[in-house]
Amino acid sequence: MALDFLIQLLVNGFIIGLLYGVVAMAFVLIYKSSLVVNFAQGEFLLIGAWACWWLLAKFSLPFYLAFIFTLVFMTIFGILIQLIILRPLIGEPIISIIMVTIGLSIFFQALMNWMFGVFVEPFPKIFSTESVNLLGLEVQTVYIMSGLISLLIMISFAIFFKKSRLGLAMRATAFDQQAAQSLGVSVKQVFSAAWGISAIVSAVAGIVFGIVNGISSGIAFMGIKVFPAVILGGLDSVLGAILGGLVIGLLEHFAHYLDVQYLNVGNMIRIAPFYVLLIILMIKPYGFFGTKDIERV
Amino acid sequence: MLELKNIEVVYNEVVLVIKGLSLEVKEGEIVSLLGANGAGKSTTLKAVSGLLKNEDGEVTKGNIRFLDEEITNSNPSEIVKSGLFQVMEGRRCIADMTVLENLRLGAHTRRDRKNINDDIEKVLNYFPRLKERNGLSGYLSGGEQQMLAIGRALMAKPKIILMDEPSMGLSPLLVKEVFGIIKKLNEELGITILLVEQNARLALNVSNRAYIMENGKIVLEGSSKVLANNEDVKEFYLGGSKGERKSFKNLKSYKRRKRWL
Repeated sequence: MALDFLIQLLVNGFIIGLLYGVVAMAFVLIYKSSLVVNFAQGEFLLIGAWACWWLLAKFSLPFYLAFIFTLVFMTIFGILIQLIILRPLIGEPIISIIMVTIGLSIFFQALMNWMFGVFVEPFPKIFSTESVNLLGLEVQTVYIMSGLISLLIMISFAIFFKKSRLGLAMRATAFDQQAAQSLGVSVKQVFSAAWGISAIVSAVAGIVFGIVNGISSGIAFMGIKVFPAVILGGLDSVLGAILGGLVIGLLEHFAHYLDVQYLNVGNMIRIAPFYVLLIILMIKPYGFFGTKDIERV
Repeated sequence: MLELKNIEVVYNEVVLVIKGLSLEVKEGEIVSLLGANGAGKSTTLKAVSGLLKNEDGEVTKGNIRFLDEEITNSNPSEIVKSGLFQVMEGRRCIADMTVLENLRLGAHTRRDRKNINDDIEKVLNYFPRLKERNGLSGYLSGGEQQMLAIGRALMAKPKIILMDEPSMGLSPLLVKEVFGIIKKLNEELGITILLVEQNARLALNVSNRAYIMENGKIVLEGSSKVLANNEDVKEFYLGGSKGERKSFKNLKSYKRRKRWL
């Protein structure tokens, strides 16, 4: 029984971990291209989730339509945030920019509470079957969907950065801003794109979290929770973000297992990632995949 | 084709680096811009290509015209689109991208996306040794990186290339090869080139005309042949003029002589 429980938890951890990976990727995308640490990442999830819920609950749109509208809205939202709030701050000290993103976080958190209330709202039902039996394990349908969506996002990211014109420009900007400019890359365009894409990806993650647990300001906590994932992988590595997310997801569910079985302290699932964060910062402050400079001597 | 009129460049709103510089590059020419360290050669190039803003610099006076259009203080991406491309000092290849990705990145501003693969093929024919390099460009040798940087410039199909010290950090043989390539680009593809160099002898050899800069101003200009035979240029840039050795006794007068102005 205990083993079954462990496996069940690890499967859940893996899928949630993928989702953490996706959010961490959205975070790294902004950090890598514009060196902004976005503390409002969690609010992007929250806004995305609420927007989708609103379209579903108030207008009774079919899910796929609501989903698409939400993504369009979030793209515009992300780009506007960059244009209006962050662009004037280019060249300002990093601490001011961080304070601004914290401010944004508080502002949107309050705005969402004001608009949609402080209580948990369940998502309207999307799948007819609650859970399916996968190799003897009961896995919620939303979890499967979430895993698939996460993988899809990751693969499209990989292709985007390898093949597309904008993807290459973003990598170049992240590596060497001035060199990118000398090639005709418009850095402003790259920054806007980074925020737009990051907002879309966050919104997807937010919607999935919302479907799993219902929407409340708790979703915004994910924005803080990806920090251990991001730090573990290295702040500026997309691959590291994904792996970091997976590790954190698995780890917190394993901690939960230990907690339930032996420790009985409760809440380990929330706290464990931050213990990990502390330990990583002590032994490997740049994470496992942080900047490695290629240098010829 | 490219015309700088009396420009002044100021860094950080106080440091005056270029003090009224004028120069002109005509279509099809190779023009070199020579001078000692800190004379303002790189700054001049950045002023033209719009990269000054990154370093908090600005053209405060005068104007820069390219193909009869004013480009003073324009955005670098607009300038690249109009056909002016700068190969920056130190190559600046994107180290964590492969050769092919770097080349495709060079074509960033182009509208005709379909022809890009053909053009990559063409560029690689100019630099056959890049064909065999499949790894990240950060692991290429200095010479290969310089070739990649020039190849990347070609991908943008520029009308003029500004080259900032292509010989930097290369072995003498590679320097010769790179200069051969520059000459070839000019002759075969008709690309105009403005060349900034420390290696005055080679630069004068390859270029049609040259300007010599000192302290943010042009102090001498003329055809490369005339300049190569100029006594002052010989003494200060090409090393030794009349064959007699300088003694320490004359060092002071030498220092004084070093300044034209």
